[in-house]
Amino acid sequence: MTATAAYSLQLGDDALIYGQRLGEWISRAPQIEEDMALGNIGLDLIGQARVLLTRAGELDGTGRSEDELAYFRDEREFHNVHLVEQERSDFGFEMARMLWFSAYQCELYAALVASSDETIAGVAAKALKEVDYHRDHASQWVVRLGDGTSASHARMQESLERVAPYVAELFDDDAVSGAASGEGVGALPSSLWDSALGHVSRVVSKATLTLPAETTWRSRGGRVGIHSRPMGYLLAEMQHIARSHPGATW
Amino acid sequence: MGQPEGKGSSRERSWPLYEVFVRAKRGLSHVHVGSLHAPDAEMALRNGRDLYTRRQEGVSLWVVRSTDITASSPGERDSFFDPAADKVYRHPTFYEVPEDVEYL
Repeated sequence: MTATAAYSLQLGDDALIYGQRLGEWISRAPQIEEDMALGNIGLDLIGQARVLLTRAGELDGTGRSEDELAYFRDEREFHNVHLVEQERSDFGFEMARMLWFSAYQCELYAALVASSDETIAGVAAKALKEVDYHRDHASQWVVRLGDGTSASHARMQESLERVAPYVAELFDDDAVSGAASGEGVGALPSSLWDSALGHVSRVVSKATLTLPAETTWRSRGGRVGIHSRPMGYLLAEMQHIARSHPGATW
Repeated sequence: MGQPEGKGSSRERSWPLYEVFVRAKRGLSHVHVGSLHAPDAEMALRNGRDLYTRRQEGVSLWVVRSTDITASSPGERDSFFDPAADKVYRHPTFYEVPEDVEYL
């Protein structure tokens, strides 16, 4: 698989899996307006995934379509980070997760606008506006929950702690991103850390919360197909209809 | 900021209602498009964006707390609006509008 194909697949998988998780909030959000907001964010991410997976399928020599990649790959062939596959928890956890993930994506797409791959540069330009809004949404909520009641403050702090072990993996360099960056197609994840941390720190302090200390354990393995326990269940739910009726069309 | 802490009916702790106004790209004024609940005005703006501009309805959003709107009541309609009907001298019907003046 070419460097660009593998890189595009990674980014697409992040977006696809997180879009799938966000879809679970529909009919379960605290208020109906939040149902819409989270659903919209999920839709944006799936839109990004579609372009990125299609690009991967074009370049990897297998000619697979976005649907074949989304529905017919097994767990070990997905290259998303562990953060996006974690089970849905309470609303605070979701906002903590979204804060970090969208902060990462903002820096990522800002860098990818200059990608030498036209498709990636194109989706980056469009997605940048989307993830700017996602980051704003998460930031607004983290500030309100953190600087809210004593109960919401405690739970929001706890949410930050529970998300903390999954953050480092987003900014790990690996062979694929290294190769893509070398070719001018991609951005080194580690290069995105400072700016992303800057934004998250500002939000956390405005929310009167504390950034968690470095954790003793941190997730790894997602980029090479080693996933955590929730991933299998997520894929079963996401893929079972397509797999039950292969080749079906709307 | 969060809602004040403490006991109370769910009505006290639920989100206030906001009216949403959207100005279309080619429009000149904000038009009322509906209402939504939000914890505060900033979030109301974002919820308004999510709910009422899904199909590119507009380029500008206003949100106003519903309690801040004072509206005329249907019962007062007659006394409020009928007396203006027979005052022809208030209408500029005898004035010719020049062609270049578009938005009069």
